[in-house]
Amino acid sequence: MYDFNYHRPGSVDEAVGLINEDAKILAGGQSLLPTMKLRLAQPSDVIDLGAIPGLSDISVDGSSVTIGATATHASVAASGAVAGAIPALADLASGIGDTQVRNVGTMGGSVANADPAADYPAAVVGLGATVHTNSRSIAADDFFTGIFETALEENEILTKVSFPVPEAAAYVKFANPASRYAIVGVFVAKTADGVRVAVTGAGGSVFRASAMEAALNANFSASALDGIAVASDDLNSDLHASAEYRAHLVAVMAKRAVQAAGG
Amino acid sequence: MPNVSMTVNGKAVSAEVEPRTLLVQFLREKLSLTGTHVGCDTSQCGACVVHVDGKSVKACTTLALQHEGADVTTIEGLAQNGELHPMQAAFKEHHGLQCGFCTPGMVMSAIDLVNTHPNPDEQTIREGLEGNICRCTGYQNIVKAVKAASDNMGG
Repeated sequence: MYDFNYHRPGSVDEAVGLINEDAKILAGGQSLLPTMKLRLAQPSDVIDLGAIPGLSDISVDGSSVTIGATATHASVAASGAVAGAIPALADLASGIGDTQVRNVGTMGGSVANADPAADYPAAVVGLGATVHTNSRSIAADDFFTGIFETALEENEILTKVSFPVPEAAAYVKFANPASRYAIVGVFVAKTADGVRVAVTGAGGSVFRASAMEAALNANFSASALDGIAVASDDLNSDLHASAEYRAHLVAVMAKRAVQAAGG
Repeated sequence: MPNVSMTVNGKAVSAEVEPRTLLVQFLREKLSLTGTHVGCDTSQCGACVVHVDGKSVKACTTLALQHEGADVTTIEGLAQNGELHPMQAAFKEHHGLQCGFCTPGMVMSAIDLVNTHPNPDEQTIREGLEGNICRCTGYQNIVKAVKAASDNMGG
């Protein structure tokens, strides 16, 4: 990879002060470093959040699970408190990559990177989470704006995400057998404000399946999804799966997720 | 160039590195600990797995500078007083290797697996080693070795 200036700030404020237009934030590096090794990214400065105290904290109260930006997937997957409050979230974290990737990769890195095939965006949107940064809070529905694009401004660092505890939820994905990225993943949550269905892997960015949500609000069971087709027009097509196959997988994964959530 | 200090196999080490130096390059090229291998160099094959503060990580996908102050263990640090680690002994006993290229990473991942899942069943072992690829496809004996080692690691 190309060389860069490395920074290891001790606080979020210090990290924000180091940002420039060619800088990159390193939260775990399991996506950023491979991208840099391939010379697809050439940051002038790498700002490592790994030494900031408290940024990896996980806390659970009666109504929400709050995960710090640098909490690793392994720590979320192993957290009894997370598994007790939102088992689907711990389950999702346990299915990312492999053990070694989970030991280093972070929640904040995954959410801020907004890979179209990443798992965490499905939980953020599926649960209607709130993304907190150093300067503001952003609703999940406003956060993901496109392929690898989010509402984060250049001088903004994601610090934590608060996931409301649902009545029931499940995440089911059809994983790429090599990378474990979602070819299609569907997060279904039954909340006090209605059912949310978030789809990752299928399109350019995570999206909600509103027709499925309406059907599940009327009848929270897998059979309620019978006959609800997802249009393949805007879905991804690559060597792993055609857009038509992904559309089919969305329906299948959604049904399985509803069943897993007790519907 | 910035300086990085860490503990590797129980010894304090310190060196100047370019910021882009990967942990695996630091270990192999600065410290001459060539037991940690570079296979795919894309965080898929697991030949480069070492322990950082007791957890298995892929040393090809992390910067040396990220591990300032960390406690790193490589395959060279497992044997104590001339005695193989129980996982190494089990790989030898059950012939859990063919060409041996993947073996250092496989052993390091397997130790982390048994530490986090004492007494694992076969499925747990196979899933736990999904980040390690044996190109000789010697998985049968690797799984046997890990199972046998878990019995000898107090699991």
